[in-house]
Amino acid sequence: MSIRGDVILEVSGVSKRFGGVKALENVSFELKEGEILGIIGPNGSGKTTLVNVITGFLRPNSGEVVFKGKRITGLPPHRIANLGVVRTFQNIRPFYHLPAYKNLIIPLYSPRAKKFTEARFGDRDHLALDLIEDVGFERDSPIPYKAAAALPHGYIKRLELARALALRPEVLITDEIFSGLSAAEVSSMVPILEKLRMGGLTLIMVEHRLRELFRLADRVVVLEYGSKIAEGKPDEIIENERVKEAYLGTEVV
Amino acid sequence: MFQKEGLRKERIDRPIKARADDVYFLSSLSEILYLLAPRLALILFLLLFPLFSPNPYVLRIFELACAMAIIAISWDFLVSSVGLVSLGHALFFGMGGYIAASLSAYLNLPIYLTIPIAMLLGGTISTLLILPCLRLRGIYFALVTLIYPLLLVRVIEATAILGGTLGITGIEGFPNHFFEAYLVVVALLGSLFGLRRLLNEDVGMVLRAIRDNDQSVRASGINVTLYRALGVFIAAAMTSFSGAYVTHLYMFVGLPSFGLEYSVFPIAAAIVGGIGTISGPMVGAFLLLPASEILRALGPLRIVFYALLLVAFIIGKPEGIMSYLQRRYHQIERWVEV
Repeated sequence: MSIRGDVILEVSGVSKRFGGVKALENVSFELKEGEILGIIGPNGSGKTTLVNVITGFLRPNSGEVVFKGKRITGLPPHRIANLGVVRTFQNIRPFYHLPAYKNLIIPLYSPRAKKFTEARFGDRDHLALDLIEDVGFERDSPIPYKAAAALPHGYIKRLELARALALRPEVLITDEIFSGLSAAEVSSMVPILEKLRMGGLTLIMVEHRLRELFRLADRVVVLEYGSKIAEGKPDEIIENERVKEAYLGTEVV
Repeated sequence: MFQKEGLRKERIDRPIKARADDVYFLSSLSEILYLLAPRLALILFLLLFPLFSPNPYVLRIFELACAMAIIAISWDFLVSSVGLVSLGHALFFGMGGYIAASLSAYLNLPIYLTIPIAMLLGGTISTLLILPCLRLRGIYFALVTLIYPLLLVRVIEATAILGGTLGITGIEGFPNHFFEAYLVVVALLGSLFGLRRLLNEDVGMVLRAIRDNDQSVRASGINVTLYRALGVFIAAAMTSFSGAYVTHLYMFVGLPSFGLEYSVFPIAAAIVGGIGTISGPMVGAFLLLPASEILRALGPLRIVFYALLLVAFIIGKPEGIMSYLQRRYHQIERWVEV
């Protein structure tokens, strides 16, 4: 593990209401540089809302998010992405009319990617092909050149990951990256994520598939009805009575 | 559409490699011609028409058609590449017209200054007016754009500024027919090929991606509002050019420049020509404008026939002329046995 210990992202006291529904209630946690933090919880527990709040797609009613000592709450999503906090979407809609690799032209056109790559028109095609190869597209096959609409689901998920990676994120937040994938597709995705962590990327994984997550995550935060009910190492979380209750219901336990 | 017993219609791409989107592999003269012929035909038609036009009236119609074609192209660009439906192109048109007229009549600026200034200033002011509404989409954005020109008409009426209901006269005309005709031809060709080029650049890809999925573009670190504003500016500047041009052509500008006609015509032209084809709306404008002139003979019934023509088109060929022609050009149709 290459956790360097410095806090890179701090979420403190975040609450978000939609009308009368409390989607998030005073949620706080810290993210250390180089770690993989899992966020789990039953359906409707506020996981995606939390991702939206961190990345600026939603403004919290109270609380704040601090990235490397800078308050990012209230900044528009594109500014946060350019600072290096980048997300993937759960319900992905790639740019269907473009060939798969051309989808990556969009993030490569952002100020952050331009700064890193200094790419001009045309160069971005090569960068896009490099990126798409990193997430497991076979470069010499016709797949990267196919329209995104024609790709199988597993490839679309990896394309979405590549879209986020094109920004060279410091903190990557994946929203249910395993959902809808077959067992084979998941086992090809896991090594990609492990490789990213080796490269020093800090990851927040919002996930439904616990088995794969517990293998990857250093720490896990559990949400239920918008509140944090547990936090700890994966094996502690598995043993936690409160978490079992949340997932299985009181009566069963 | 038409059924035949035991047969099925099949469409095959013509066996010419040059059509592959990215890879240009031109190996023979016929392939080069295949790609260039439609473009060359268009360019030659536009460049030669003013030289061979039978009389000034026909030439005037041609020039107006060119000016309206630019508006129609800009409308199509805004809809199909930026994803914003405008019902208020009259705002851009009137803005260009009134700015050019004021500069010419009040400040006595020469024509080669008024038109570029009107184009840029008209584009800028229109974009600033629309900027607060860029967060809106679909019908909401359309409604806001519909309101602006109506609002400006009332403002000019009520305050009697800029000539009030009488409009502005005393505007400089074009020095000669040659300049008059070729200015608009060059502008039309510039818009057509300029936009096509822009859409194939990375910026164009970003614009179309915003149309498809703006959340994903935001998450990719791109300021969506900025690029939408850029799209609006391009469309507004193009239309303002036409407004300024037509104003100098008539040597007059008045409230009709903000009229509904200039908001509806580009939509009709784009529908007839084929939305999303860039060149289609131009073809639409070149059909509709002369058609409306020919129908002038019918007097008050003109609008009725014009409207019926449009309805017939929308029902009969909803894809538009250009999409149909492109398909016929690039694909072979044949009947095969099932």
